[in-house]
Amino acid sequence: MDIEKKRDLERIAVKIRKESLQAIKTAGSGHVGGSFSIAELLSVLYFHEMHIDPENPKMEDRDRFVLSKGHCAPAVYAALAIKGFFPMEDLATLRRIDSYLSGHIEMKHVPGVDMSAGSLGQGLSAAVGMALSAKTYQKGYRTYCILGDGELQEGQVWEAAMSAGKFKLDNLVAIVDSNKLQLDGTVEEIMSPLPIDKKFESFGWNTITINGHDVTQIAKALGQAREKKGIPTAIIAETTKGKGCSVFENQVRFHGGRPTEAEFHIAFKELDSRRKELEG
Amino acid sequence: MSEKIASRVAYGKALCEFGNNPDIVALDADLASCTMSVNFAEQYPERFYNIGIAEANMIDIAAGFAATGKIAFCHSFAMFTAGRGYDQIRNCVAYPHLNVKVVGSHAGLTVGEDGATHQCIEDVSLMRTIPDMTVVIPCDARETREAVKAMIAYDGPCYLRTSRLAVEEITDRVKDYKFELGKGIILKEGRDVTIAAYGIMVQKAYAAAEELEKEGISARVINLHTMKPFDKELILASAKETGAIVTVEEHNIIGGLGSAVSEVIAENVLVPVERVGVEDEFGHSGPAEALLERYGLTVENIVGKAKSAIERKAGKK
Repeated sequence: MDIEKKRDLERIAVKIRKESLQAIKTAGSGHVGGSFSIAELLSVLYFHEMHIDPENPKMEDRDRFVLSKGHCAPAVYAALAIKGFFPMEDLATLRRIDSYLSGHIEMKHVPGVDMSAGSLGQGLSAAVGMALSAKTYQKGYRTYCILGDGELQEGQVWEAAMSAGKFKLDNLVAIVDSNKLQLDGTVEEIMSPLPIDKKFESFGWNTITINGHDVTQIAKALGQAREKKGIPTAIIAETTKGKGCSVFENQVRFHGGRPTEAEFHIAFKELDSRRKELEG
Repeated sequence: MSEKIASRVAYGKALCEFGNNPDIVALDADLASCTMSVNFAEQYPERFYNIGIAEANMIDIAAGFAATGKIAFCHSFAMFTAGRGYDQIRNCVAYPHLNVKVVGSHAGLTVGEDGATHQCIEDVSLMRTIPDMTVVIPCDARETREAVKAMIAYDGPCYLRTSRLAVEEITDRVKDYKFELGKGIILKEGRDVTIAAYGIMVQKAYAAAEELEKEGISARVINLHTMKPFDKELILASAKETGAIVTVEEHNIIGGLGSAVSEVIAENVLVPVERVGVEDEFGHSGPAEALLERYGLTVENIVGKAKSAIERKAGKK
């Protein structure tokens, strides 16, 4: 990846953070921590990896994306708006009663969303269905699914992992946003899913562990997944919850908790200076 | 009398018959030879997937297929689709309005000797409370075929309840039988009371009406094969025309047909309603007919409830 492209993707990640934070602020609630930890993942997926067309969101051979950790919808909505699936100003309607942008990711009304999610543990199964459909009907599209690391506590994730291994879904990529925190505390304290890579491997997956905030590493891993034939790939993205704003980073309370006005202020300031840095 | 056929058997044949539609895929959770999805599996192996004993995964995989434009049928016992898969059906099938057809076979007590853990008497209640769900329970082989055909034609989430117990044809009692989702069918005209039923209790409802006739009581029998959308018009018309209603179902007395009818009646026209169902208790191992007997799902009980409803109508009770 050249420097310009890298900087571009990093800029978009900052924009995803800023727009999702603004939407959450306007809404009065929403999940900051997990939205921020997937910003680079979304930037690379939507602006580098996936074959999608904002002018034709239902395009038959589009790549599919499932946000299994559906509470991080603000970040995906921001990515979709930046990509041009719907007007940027609609982000300000997040969670509002008259808006089509619900608190958790929703496919029926939001252009560009391929699956509804929110009840954790289900997205990977749906992604398996999409990938299996591509195999059955000889379609070339790929399917991507982002899961939380806390979400791996849901047993259904491993049912899905088992089935993807069995069906040799090399057109499927699971990306674990391993930000180490969940609502009640640290993932490791509450119910550790570690080691994540060994678990996926035992179900017949190829695994790649990366720094989930390094756009170059993300793009490279997605490329490797594409090359890997005969088995699905799980990318374990080591991330920081709340990444990008000092006040949010590694704070359990920003799983879903509302920042104070002062915290919002600091966060926007830091995002702005990061943006300037990347533009400079 | 016609040959007795279980709706699960008729279902297996029907899915095969209509399986030439290339958009149909079928999934099972290691019960294919019981749910009878095995027929489809043999005929269309390239469009059949055994997901193993993982019903939640199966239902969401079906949702994934449907999200790519396919018609995904997924199968297990009612206990494990409607029961274990409730969250999956609600959030990943019904909420996004996906074209998934959830089949719950071996529903009710008549799964028999397997006992209470496998006797789902809550599925109709669970499924009908989900917004946007269509809930269908055919009463015989012919109706099962028609139901499958209609479900394929309908683009949206459906639940189909099938049974293990073989029953005789009953839809042949009506001349111009026509199946339409959401429309009940009058199987027998009557003036004094309406007996409403679905699934394998339709035959018993009909037999009860014949018993009543011997005593000079004219009972209308209606087959409510679609529990959702519910045919309120037919219920209200029957309430007005006969003045009393008895509901009959192989299901918990809470949440099923008895509840649905009571809801409609209470809000519109006050006529006595009597309910026949499992009286809010778990099932037991035993032969299907013996279980129906033990839990009061009998012709005799229906006759008694019908008389009781008529007495209440006349103000005698």
